This record gives sequence, C-alpha cells and structure tokens, in this order.
Amino acid sequence: MTIEVRTSSFDPGAELHRYQAGMAGAAGKYGATLSFVGTLRDFNDGDTVRAMTLEHYPGMTEKQLRAVCAEAQRRWELLDTLIIHRVGELLPNEPIVLVAVWSAHRAEAFDACRYLIEELKTRAPFWKKEQRPKDDARWVEHNTPATGKHSR
Amino acid sequence: MSIQVLFFASLRERLGRSAGAVEAAGALTAADVWARAAGGEPMPVNTLIAVNMEYAEPAREVKDGDEVAFFPPVTGG
Repeated sequence: MTIEVRTSSFDPGAELHRYQAGMAGAAGKYGATLSFVGTLRDFNDGDTVRAMTLEHYPGMTEKQLRAVCAEAQRRWELLDTLIIHRVGELLPNEPIVLVAVWSAHRAEAFDACRYLIEELKTRAPFWKKEQRPKDDARWVEHNTPATGKHSR
Repeated sequence: MSIQVLFFASLRERLGRSAGAVEAAGALTAADVWARAAGGEPMPVNTLIAVNMEYAEPAREVKDGDEVAFFPPVTGG
C-alpha cells in the first residue's frame, strides 16, 4: 500500500508498470489490476481552463489517503493499492491522480478502485484553483457527483 | 493553553493568512477557535474543520497544543 503526493508531472502508465513490477510478493497472486486516472480538462462549467493550481494540507492529506486505503483493504481482499496525486501547477491533459488496485479477482478490484477515488474526492484535503484565459482565477467549489448528469 | 490554527485555499485568501495561534485560559471549542482567529469574519456555512488532522464538528473541544484547521469543501481527484 503506497500513497504519494507529487509536485511534478508523472506518467500514470509508467508508474503503474514500475509499481507492479516491484510487487514481488504478489506476483502470481493477482488476477485483476484496476486503475483510474484523473486528467485535467481544458474546460469546466462552461469556461476554458488554462491551468490549475492544486493545494493540499501536508500531513492531513497523506493521513486521509492512508486511511481510505486501509479501509478498502478491510472491506475487500486486496493484494495492494497505489495512489499518486499531484499538487502544484498543472496544465490541461496532465494527470491529476492515479488510483490502482490489485486483487485475485476483478469484482473486488472494480469495487475497491471506485471506492478509493470516491472517498479520496470526498475526504482528502486537496483544493483546485482554475486559471482562466484572461488570467482570472477561480476556486473550484465542489466536485461533480459520483453519479448525476454526466452518467447514463 | 495554546492552539495552532491553519487556514487553507479560499479561506486562506479571504482571511489573508495561512496560520495563527490562539491563547486561552478556559475551555474552547473549534468554533470558539474560529471566532478568536478569524478577525470577526463569520465562519462560512460549508467550512470543514480538522483537529489534529482528523475531521471534527464545530462543538469539538480542543486541548492545549492542538492543531485546528479550517478549509472549504475539498476538490481533489
């Protein structure tokens, strides 16, 4: 179980590959790897987004991320979990977050991965501030719901 | 007793500071800490509170040495 708050851009595919290659004890035990990558859009709420600044609460953010991973490990039989979350300045198309889960079978992995990203969005102290084209900035006031107008 | 106070994101900008300290002789709740640290600003209704990095209610009593943080709804992920 690894969580990391990162200040520079990362390649989610490379991180996933590297982490999985290092899971020596789990090799041959997992049949399912599930990952979620959140990426910065260039639009939000009808406006163009030029860049975004992500702030966090050092210490509490890591504590909450570890807590949601520990909860997922109690609820489902998981071999490992990984969360990498960006802070600092981001540009559109840069990854914001990688959540990955390994388990013997897919059902646990799907459920646990969804749980981790939804709990992270609800509880981990991160805040997004969007930079718009005319150099005005706006704090994002809330996340989109887990289900709602974007789902079918 | 002495309480360390932190403000984040839009609250930090609105109050114009990221940290402060509250000194008190008697019992204090997290809401009392806000009242003494925020310079007369009312606490926005959606404010989240953490005491020693765990979420807490406004009525939560704080102890000497506690770290009390106030911040808007979180928007990570």
